[in-house]
Amino acid sequence: MERCTRHLQAGAALTALLALPNAQANWGAINLTQGVTPIANQVYDLHMIILWICIAIGVVVFGAMAYSIIYHRKSKNHQPATFHESTKLEILWTVIPFAILVAIAVPATSTLLYMSDTSTDAEVTIKVTGHQWRWQYDYIDDGFSFVSNLNSEHNDARQRGSNVRVRDIEHYLLDVDEPVIVPINRKVRFLLTASDVIHSWWVPELGQKMDTIPGFINEMWTEIREPGIYRGQCAELCGKDHAFMPIVVKAVSDAEYDAWKDMKIEQAMAAAASSDREWGLDELLAKGDAVYKTYCAACHGVNGEGGVGKAIAGSAIVLGDEIAHAELLLKGVAGTAMGSYAAILNDVDLAAVLTYQRKGFGNDASIIQPSEIKTIR
Amino acid sequence: MTTYTATHDDHAHHGPEKGLMRWVRTTNHKDIGTLYLLFSLLMFFIGGAMALVIRAELFQPGLQFVDPQFFNSMTTMHALIMVFGAVMPAFVGLANWLVPMMIGAPDMALPRMNNWSFWILPFGFAMLLSTLFMTGGAPAAGWTMYPPLVLQTQDAFPYLIFTVHILGLSSIMGAINIIATILNMRAPGMTLMKMPLFVWTWFITAYLLIAVMPVFAGAVTMLLTDQYFGTSFFDAAGGGDPVLFQHIFWFFGHPEVYIMILPAFGIVSAIIPTFARKPLFGYSSMVYATASIAFLSFIVWAHHMFTVGMPVASKLFFMYATMLIAVPTGVKVFNWVSTMWKGSMTFETPMLFAIGFIIMFTIGGFSGLMLAITPVDFQYHDTYFVVAHFHYVLVTGAVFSIMAAAYYWLPKWSGNMYNERLGKWHFWLSTVSVNVLFFPQHFLGLAGMPRRIPDYSVQFADWNMVSSIGGFAFGFTQLLFVYIVYKTVRSGAKATDQVWEGATGLEFEQLASPAPYHSFNVAPVIK
Repeated sequence: MERCTRHLQAGAALTALLALPNAQANWGAINLTQGVTPIANQVYDLHMIILWICIAIGVVVFGAMAYSIIYHRKSKNHQPATFHESTKLEILWTVIPFAILVAIAVPATSTLLYMSDTSTDAEVTIKVTGHQWRWQYDYIDDGFSFVSNLNSEHNDARQRGSNVRVRDIEHYLLDVDEPVIVPINRKVRFLLTASDVIHSWWVPELGQKMDTIPGFINEMWTEIREPGIYRGQCAELCGKDHAFMPIVVKAVSDAEYDAWKDMKIEQAMAAAASSDREWGLDELLAKGDAVYKTYCAACHGVNGEGGVGKAIAGSAIVLGDEIAHAELLLKGVAGTAMGSYAAILNDVDLAAVLTYQRKGFGNDASIIQPSEIKTIR
Repeated sequence: MTTYTATHDDHAHHGPEKGLMRWVRTTNHKDIGTLYLLFSLLMFFIGGAMALVIRAELFQPGLQFVDPQFFNSMTTMHALIMVFGAVMPAFVGLANWLVPMMIGAPDMALPRMNNWSFWILPFGFAMLLSTLFMTGGAPAAGWTMYPPLVLQTQDAFPYLIFTVHILGLSSIMGAINIIATILNMRAPGMTLMKMPLFVWTWFITAYLLIAVMPVFAGAVTMLLTDQYFGTSFFDAAGGGDPVLFQHIFWFFGHPEVYIMILPAFGIVSAIIPTFARKPLFGYSSMVYATASIAFLSFIVWAHHMFTVGMPVASKLFFMYATMLIAVPTGVKVFNWVSTMWKGSMTFETPMLFAIGFIIMFTIGGFSGLMLAITPVDFQYHDTYFVVAHFHYVLVTGAVFSIMAAAYYWLPKWSGNMYNERLGKWHFWLSTVSVNVLFFPQHFLGLAGMPRRIPDYSVQFADWNMVSSIGGFAFGFTQLLFVYIVYKTVRSGAKATDQVWEGATGLEFEQLASPAPYHSFNVAPVIK
């Protein structure tokens, strides 16, 4: 009786366990996306063709095996035959698979050539730079750029011991502070590179993935047909926070895109202007706090206590010469995950985070002004 | 002649040395085979424990048990240990035990080198495992060690490089030994085209090893000089190219994956005919297919790196070459099915594992064919679809064949029969759990989950949970294997000399069970 109860309890626990994910059950997500670009559609079709060919071959081969296993067994007194070769059969099952492969190779080749055609003029060109662990987007024709980071709420939730129920977070780990925005029905060209290690830029709905390699520029194009928000992730192992550098692409109408573009250009001009004026300590600290949490805390600790990176609190460099401290951030340290922030942060951000480091965590060194960064650069 | 035989017989009755030194100093191929097999079993459990850390962390979204850096160390170390510590040494152990017995040779051609090639392994792995306790942790850049990321490895870096050198030395010595043995020590009448397929596949594998291990050693040495001696082979800032490393690595890496599967083909080709009670179908086409696969393995490497931005002509070449591999591989599968066809089959544990191998290896082959198609690979690349693919060929492929071999030849090695009921339990539990473990990973990959991530979006939660449940079940099932082997060796029922009703080959037809410590001191004559 007691054992029976225990069984019941175990059963109930198991049911509860299995019921748990049903809140947001996604058992249906088992196939490739059809995507929202002509390339992605072609890739999906190709995928389905090959999948069905494999299934068909599997049915024939495993079917023959199953028949043999059922009927040609000793327990059914089946007497073994003695044949052990047949040139005809050997030729047959060399030629037939070869023909099937040719049949697959034809559409595969045409899709590949279509994808690789970057020669026709693109209407928007975006340079994508992978950094450990964030993406930077440069709209090179329009002269503005921004960095796209993992949504900070998600970043807090994903820390071990955060006690946040991540299942309740919408698009957990697939949301950013600023998405990359592109117009629909226009050919968009991506130029892909990286500053530190190899990353890989992948949005499944666009149907492509391309490595971003430091020192080299790769090329890829897309033309999104449906407005919407498409999410992806870095696909090449790039260190500690590889899982935490998502990509969000927002495809919008021409009008919406142009309005956004004008706004970004204006912002860039305003930022350039603000680096010439004198900033107050409180202003710098407030900005520095935000910058530090986004860019530094993952390695150097929220309280500057260190971790993968060196401690900020009490650091000789931080407490020392302004120029040496600034250059460390501008140039990075070769052979470590401390990359250069020269391209990622503007003068104001750099001055703010330097000041924040020099004044916070029990440190007390001099303030650095954005104008000084401009000179040091 | 008579006197010669008599003294020789006397010599043969010298048993092994007593105590621990037997194992340290042994030059006997059977002892060294046993050492290799036990070592690989130990590594299988250490690598397996790391896999369980990975699956535990991935059981639910969010970070519960480990930090991302340690997670990356786990995936890296799991792969290095399973590839170089579990699968490769297991096959070398099988070759040591079986190749001399199958070709009628008294031992390996180079017995002292044989001892050395085993004994440097434990030191290599001790060095690799010691990195877990170093500043910055164990290597975490993946077993593929791509620069520039791998150059961020801290204190573990030189240990990683030197471990690769040591393992490479061991493999090269083992390979030279196998080639020397097969070319020089076959019994009279054992022509090349009469050799059992296991010997053939290992013969070809040994050439692959000699061809590619030095390339791998060269690649990691370039990493070493980039890190410490100011070279910039892989650094664009100094005129180098990080992608160059990938080309060199995969020129080693693709033959390497065949090094881990060709001997498996040999094992399955031995087991299927025995339990179908029917000779192997298409022996010579099996040999030629193996040789073709080995040749093709050298010209397909860049299919691992379709996304690095190669010229379209290169992509096409590597796509076509990769697709071609399906032809000889298909021939092998068709030959196995034809061997079973109209046989008189029984389904003892080795046969079950061999059939399991054929079915699940073929599933891995299908996903391999899909991955070969460049435009679609852009979607599959670096996702869990790839993880599912190579675990189907390496776990239900290579590892299942090793299990099949262990059950098939253990009675010959130990003289005792294993417990058939427990063996079947082991097979069925393994087969069910391994599919629960790896099949859903196809879904995860297609749905968009990248590989090598410790935490994931909630949409991937359900299948990850299933996969983890399968992982733990598969892992713990393997303890049953240890128990079965232990019980067999200690107290199994006596096996007959032929062991299996349909078994053929010198080791079953001409040697007692257990095989004597020194076998074929006088070469058998093969008609």
